[in-house]
Amino acid sequence: MEKHVKAPLTDEVAKSLKAGDYVYITGTIYTARDAAHQRINQALDQNQPLPIDMAHNIIYYMGPSPAREGRPIGSAGPTTASRMDKYAPRLLDLGLKGMIGKGKRSDTVKDAIVRNNAVYFAAVGGAGALLSKSIIASEVVAYDDLGTEAIRKLEVENFPVIVVVDSDGNNLYETAVQEYSSCFCNK
Amino acid sequence: MRRINLSKITQNIKEMCIEANYGLTSDMDNALKKSIDTEKSPLGKQILNQLQDNLKIAKEDMIPICQDTGMAVIFLEIGQDVYFEGGSLEDAINEGVRQGYIEGYLRKSVVKDPLIRENTKDNTPAVIHYEIKPGDKVKITVAPKGFGSENMSRIFMLKPADGIEGVKNAILTAVKDAGPNACPPMVVGVGIGGTFEKCALMAKKALTRPVDQHSDIPYVKEMEEELLQKINHTGIGPGGLGGTTTALAVNIDTYPTHIAGLPVAINICCHVNRHTVRVI
Repeated sequence: MEKHVKAPLTDEVAKSLKAGDYVYITGTIYTARDAAHQRINQALDQNQPLPIDMAHNIIYYMGPSPAREGRPIGSAGPTTASRMDKYAPRLLDLGLKGMIGKGKRSDTVKDAIVRNNAVYFAAVGGAGALLSKSIIASEVVAYDDLGTEAIRKLEVENFPVIVVVDSDGNNLYETAVQEYSSCFCNK
Repeated sequence: MRRINLSKITQNIKEMCIEANYGLTSDMDNALKKSIDTEKSPLGKQILNQLQDNLKIAKEDMIPICQDTGMAVIFLEIGQDVYFEGGSLEDAINEGVRQGYIEGYLRKSVVKDPLIRENTKDNTPAVIHYEIKPGDKVKITVAPKGFGSENMSRIFMLKPADGIEGVKNAILTAVKDAGPNACPPMVVGVGIGGTFEKCALMAKKALTRPVDQHSDIPYVKEMEEELLQKINHTGIGPGGLGGTTTALAVNIDTYPTHIAGLPVAINICCHVNRHTVRVI
């Protein structure tokens, strides 16, 4: 089903999204990948404030290529989400509502998604040029020294994603692959 | 003997790093286009169409096809009659990578130390493989490699008794484990034989063979065809979201090996299988 949602995500909207939904996100989202997650985790360990609020927000696992002059961002597709699995449950328990990445998640992350009524979206991996067109503004808000791995605040307009894991624990990667795994159909 | 000034190497590598990241080779282009017609899943078809849009935008707007513009893997086949002048060959290559990644607005994805992890900020050093060949030419292949798929690559040190079925199973296992993480539709590079490092290098180099060309060895060609069919029956599909286009090609290279061994390396590449070749 095609849906249009606003970011940050409300509880109601997050809960209404189902695995397989094709969703267009408009609003504010944040980027963070390996190094930023490590720093966020350290900050939490040391009871220090976080550079961004987790509540209702969406984190996009992405490190862009440099922007050309006059453009908000360079190529901007998703990175592999499983590398953030170690940190994601902690952030979900702090209110993080959505994650955008690509690839499988661990059972621990899936449990935390269900527990917190959150959602895991996939963006199309390797389509960074196309996805950059839905990003209208980008600003580094923390960890500037990390270069491409810095935390960026993005304004997105109709950013296309697919719900992979929903708040009921359905997993599109498992169901969709099963659907076609026995497909020996030859036209 | 032919003298080649190293500034020529730097200039070519720079241009090739940029070229590779903004457009695919025609064989990859064609294979991706063709896959739209055969894909059975509607969502899979939609994703394959988006990949076409992505390639068009990359070319027209000069935005890299993928934000992971890779670690620069460079194969250099050097004619034994060539004499390089003007400094160190390795420095000249890395200077080309540095200029290409900075001037081409490519992402700097290389850390200086695997554990300390400080970004080198210019995507150097490259991973360079040298071969000495007869003649006085230099063949350069620049193949920027993204790590979403690199991370899903595997080596299996099989036993001779595992035979051809063991090899096929190893390849299918690697592909199934990679699933959505490797940004399918993938290209699967395989090296069979040699030693531990030789099969890995063959697997990497196999990714640079055009996806519409099979091995010259009849039984290897058969294995490539059979495995491609099996991989496309796994159901993984475009983006790993289900479908019948999981791989565009399986490219296998072989080499003599030891009586006690059967090494198999599987280097997986995403649909952004970048490489560009020049002979100077």
